[in-house]
Amino acid sequence: MIRLDGIGKRFHRGGINEVIALDEIDLHIRPGDFVTIIGSNGAGKSSLLNALAGTFAVDGGSIWLGGRDVTAWPAYRRAALIGRVFQDPLVGTCASLSIEQNLALAVRRGRGRGLGIGVKAHHRILFREQLASLGLGLEDRLKARVGLLSGGQRQALTMVMATLIQPEVLLLDEHTAALDPKTASQILDLTSRLIAARELTTLMVTHNMSHALALGNRLVMLHRGRVILDVAGKEKTRLTVEDLLARFYASQGETFASDRALLG
Amino acid sequence: MTWYAFIGAVEQGLLYGIMVLGVYLTFRVLDFPDLTVDGSLPLGAAVSAVAIANGVNAFIALIIAMVAGFLAGCVTALLNTKLRILHLLASILTMIALYSVNIRIMDGPNVSLLGVTTVLDPIMAWGLPGYLAALLLFAAVALVATVAMIWFLHTELGLAVLATGDNPRMITAQGVNTHKIIILGVGLSNALVAVSGALVAQNQGAADVNMGVGTIIAGLASVIVGETLLGRGGITRGCIAALCGSVVYRVAIAAALSFKMGRFAVTPSDLNLITALLVVLALTVPTIKARWSRR
Ligand SMILES: Nc1ncnc2c1ncn2[C@@H]1O[C@H](COP(=O)(O)OP(=O)(O)O)[C@@H](O)[C@H]1O
Ligand SMILES: [Mg+2]
Repeated sequence: MIRLDGIGKRFHRGGINEVIALDEIDLHIRPGDFVTIIGSNGAGKSSLLNALAGTFAVDGGSIWLGGRDVTAWPAYRRAALIGRVFQDPLVGTCASLSIEQNLALAVRRGRGRGLGIGVKAHHRILFREQLASLGLGLEDRLKARVGLLSGGQRQALTMVMATLIQPEVLLLDEHTAALDPKTASQILDLTSRLIAARELTTLMVTHNMSHALALGNRLVMLHRGRVILDVAGKEKTRLTVEDLLARFYASQGETFASDRALLG
Repeated sequence: MTWYAFIGAVEQGLLYGIMVLGVYLTFRVLDFPDLTVDGSLPLGAAVSAVAIANGVNAFIALIIAMVAGFLAGCVTALLNTKLRILHLLASILTMIALYSVNIRIMDGPNVSLLGVTTVLDPIMAWGLPGYLAALLLFAAVALVATVAMIWFLHTELGLAVLATGDNPRMITAQGVNTHKIIILGVGLSNALVAVSGALVAQNQGAADVNMGVGTIIAGLASVIVGETLLGRGGITRGCIAALCGSVVYRVAIAAALSFKMGRFAVTPSDLNLITALLVVLALTVPTIKARWSRR
């Protein structure tokens, strides 16, 4: 269970550049929910995931993860409960380390790290098995440096790393946006397969409305740090791209109208 | 260069090689340029010299030096992580502070170790000649340090250190507190440097507050020489290259010192200039090469 109660975040607080990234967000996510998140640039999608992951401290409100109040937890501590894949394929993995060393780092997520050997023999069996399910042939390249892999391969590896230890929640932030269309759709396939097989609670940010409609059981639209649409189940399956666009332009119009009103 | 000078240079290379491993750990592995070493090398020398002068066993004195060096590294890392002072500046602050601390520890600018029992005496007791005993002991210590470092960087914790230097966002997402790792890594690095300083002092028969000047540049030069000779590869190769680089660097310096042209001769005081030029050269050669190949 994930609960965000009245989460707010402003950047450059009090300055002339002040932006409200998150504006009193309330969000309640049930175990097994697969939520797709859309919204225009700067709507606060990444900020929402960052607030959950603890990348920054929120200005107000509380965050609950797996039945625990994690509002005051630093990012590395919350990482025990969170699997993460970033937009930039370079962020999720270590280029100078081998595939198996990266996976060995991920297999200790949320546990202590001591002076035991990093990559253990029984790990390699698990790693091979997990990598084989990607169908990219990475299982035969355990000792290859990750810096030698393509963006798509690195993103697939990051997916495996994020889910090697079952996370309380999986956070995906436009994780296919930096890939070419063919690779992007492969990674997206992998994403839905993994989520279904492992019954992962997931928040997936995407700028692609048809992906947002095709995947997941719930859809959230953000605008200016607020949730302006939140549909689930049957209601979501009936939703079309046109509905989303209409909704999107309506919100733009509202702000446009209110700007006009302000200017008088 | 005489045979005697050559052996002496190899000995120095092995001794300072332990320091170079420390520099490799901060500069290359953690990506943390750490100048604390100019202060922690004499710190190790001072601590062990004073301990020995007070009747402590020479090997125990090495361990005390190691702990002192670790703490010095922790200070730099804490200044950087908790007080958010830029790493370079944080390390310069610790280095400067250590100058005063070292004089306090020695109650003066130096301590003589002549006539006391050092780590060399048990080996000499086997009846080996002095130079051979030193060479054997220092080779053994340097090898143990190198192997220990290679082993450490293959442990769970060691992998976290490697990842912290490579990609802090990634390793944070894997649940690691990068501050702790930086404190541990910079601490370990300075522990090695302090042991190196303690051995140098025991070998040359004195600890001196100024013996640390230029340590970081010599360390960097050695790392770069090693990488040039053995290439940049994995961690195992990197650690071995650091040690080999140190030996080659000291031999090259000894060769330079025996250089004479007419009335001109290189003096020990020229070494800092030569080393600085060497490091500048090594750092710029890749850029220059790249510029040429683009034409
Ligand atoms: N670290 C930051 N510092 C300053 N402003 C930020 C930061 N992160 C996000 N913002 C601002 O917060 C707003 C929301 O950003 P973000 O959550 O990244 O939007 P989205 O992911 O929906 O495109 C934007 O106006 C952005 O400029
Ligand atoms: Mg974003």
